[in-house]
Amino acid sequence: MNRPVRNFIRAESFPLLVVVVLAGAGLAVLRPEFTKEFNLYVLLFDISGSMLVAFSQMMVIATGGMSLAVGATGGLSAVLAAGLMVSYGVPVEVAVVVGLLAGIAMGFANGFLTVKTGINPFIITLATSAAYEGTNFGITSSNPYYDLPTQFTDFGQARTSLFPHPLLISILVAVALGFVLYRTVIGRSILAVGGNARAAEMAGIHVGRTIVIAHVISGFLAALGGLMLMARLGNGSPTIGSQWLLPSFATVLIGGALLAGGKVSITGAILGCALLALIANGLVIFRADPYWVTFLEGALILAAVGLNQLRSTSTRQSIRPRPQAQPMPATK
Amino acid sequence: MRHRSRAIDLWDRFGLLTIVLVSWLVFALFADGFTSDFNIFSVGRAVAVSVVIGLAQMVVIATGGMNISVGAIGGVSAMFTGWLLEGVGVPVPIAILGGIGMGAALGAINGIVIVRTGINSFIITLGTASVFSGLMYVVTKVQAFRNLPPDFIDLGQTRWLGVSPLVWAMVLTCAFLWFLYRGTTLGRQMLATGANPRTARLSGVPVNRIIAVTHMLSGALAGLAGVMLLLRIGSAIPTIGGDWVLPSFAAPAVGGTLLSGGVVSVVGTFIGGLLLATIGNGLTLLNVPNFWVELTTGLVLLLAVLLDRARTLAVLRSRTGVQQPAAAPAAAKVEM
Repeated sequence: MNRPVRNFIRAESFPLLVVVVLAGAGLAVLRPEFTKEFNLYVLLFDISGSMLVAFSQMMVIATGGMSLAVGATGGLSAVLAAGLMVSYGVPVEVAVVVGLLAGIAMGFANGFLTVKTGINPFIITLATSAAYEGTNFGITSSNPYYDLPTQFTDFGQARTSLFPHPLLISILVAVALGFVLYRTVIGRSILAVGGNARAAEMAGIHVGRTIVIAHVISGFLAALGGLMLMARLGNGSPTIGSQWLLPSFATVLIGGALLAGGKVSITGAILGCALLALIANGLVIFRADPYWVTFLEGALILAAVGLNQLRSTSTRQSIRPRPQAQPMPATK
Repeated sequence: MRHRSRAIDLWDRFGLLTIVLVSWLVFALFADGFTSDFNIFSVGRAVAVSVVIGLAQMVVIATGGMNISVGAIGGVSAMFTGWLLEGVGVPVPIAILGGIGMGAALGAINGIVIVRTGINSFIITLGTASVFSGLMYVVTKVQAFRNLPPDFIDLGQTRWLGVSPLVWAMVLTCAFLWFLYRGTTLGRQMLATGANPRTARLSGVPVNRIIAVTHMLSGALAGLAGVMLLLRIGSAIPTIGGDWVLPSFAAPAVGGTLLSGGVVSVVGTFIGGLLLATIGNGLTLLNVPNFWVELTTGLVLLLAVLLDRARTLAVLRSRTGVQQPAAAPAAAKVEM
């Protein structure tokens, strides 16, 4: 076997890839309607949207933090852009930029509060998420903005056979994040802070600033995800993002990221998104109770963290073997 | 318990109470019907539920963990009680105990999984929350139990010595927990575990067992809150518990329970729940749309943790003369 193939098989995400391919193949064999063009298009669109949500959570997890505000950020950004387009007739490009800037601002607020107060990011983002979501419902009075400009919705619904055009954006983001995380100083700093904040600080990394930047990127990605979903739905619904919390953790952790920080996998997160999308799609095709999705997402989170735990324990044991009990010398 | 200076202690006790009194005054002046007998009765029931939800979270926070599944457990317990009453037809007291028992069982599952795997409680309870509610949705087919027996419904509407039985249940629960933390070894061991699990373990505290028992207690309290909400609204609907996470953290945090664990305040959580339920009721009477309540709750929580942080720093400074806590960036990491 030549080297690239061996490396490919040994890659950490390989087992997950096998699972995803098997699941896809199984569905295709059992149910012919799975391979219909429109079904595959819907599947790919779901994946491209959830990729952005996953990356948004992943950037914060990389620093050892978490964000409960991913969904609220995406929802408020989308609704702000929709309000500008529909109620104020602002050009689409400007509204989209404002939406993205709003996401960045919300991410900054999360990061800034976390760093400046030293309070657990869980509680900070729990509070800010309520604030963002409350503002969202306050602005919209719980009514969606209909009649979004066709220029905007056309892009969201555009496709070439089974490939949704928004998938391009998600792939570009994945490549860009890969470059940032593995080839730039800020990306390495983010992972270093997640690995060991004290060591990173000793090594001269500005820990606080790094955490804020990770939250800013996270906010930007959440806003992008919200806008993309809105363009596809065709209306600015205030409930955009309200169901993102669980999948955002599930996809990233299934992908092999450590909740403690310092280790994430972009490929793994994409495969995690694919797996969740396949499960949801399979349940629909088999006309199963859609509420199994809730159960399975939870079960997958538990399975994923359990596997990660096993892996890190076995790694630790192989690096530093436990001292064996010395055999008692025979003194008789 | 940490040593705290007298001024800070006074603020902790009466600062919050002052805020509650001021909010009552404002609502009494501006919100028509706030002081009506009916409204006070209904606020009392709302306060009772919101305090017990806060207590369900508080007991876990005290050991340095968290329980994202309080709402899911409350929902499952409420639906289970509804099924026991409507589907099986058991007597009311047994149905109520059944709901609390279901909560305790689910909490025990949380606790055992957390202790066995050593994975932090946030992610485990995030996972079990959707496992619990997902199973409940599948089993109940998301159908509500709307024909509960009249003696159960009456219990939610009646008054004992002038107040709702729900308020009595809340008072008893507070008294029980207050005694647990003040007067029992178990309670002290819970606080020791929260303050510093390593030290606790070295001092002979069975840390794992304590954590498992705490999650069971949290589940039982969440189950109780679910049953109480069922009594309040009169029918078992599957969405019960769906929005509990935020208020469950807000009530103890406002009341001065340190999120890092080891410090607990039953009275504070009571006042926190009182404040949140009062604000919710007052804003509704002022015809403020419901979603602003969520925004307000979020801001109250944020303000509470910021004040809490400032207070901790002040205490540190007065005790040690240190200007900044040593490991501020490290403290920003998730420690559970």
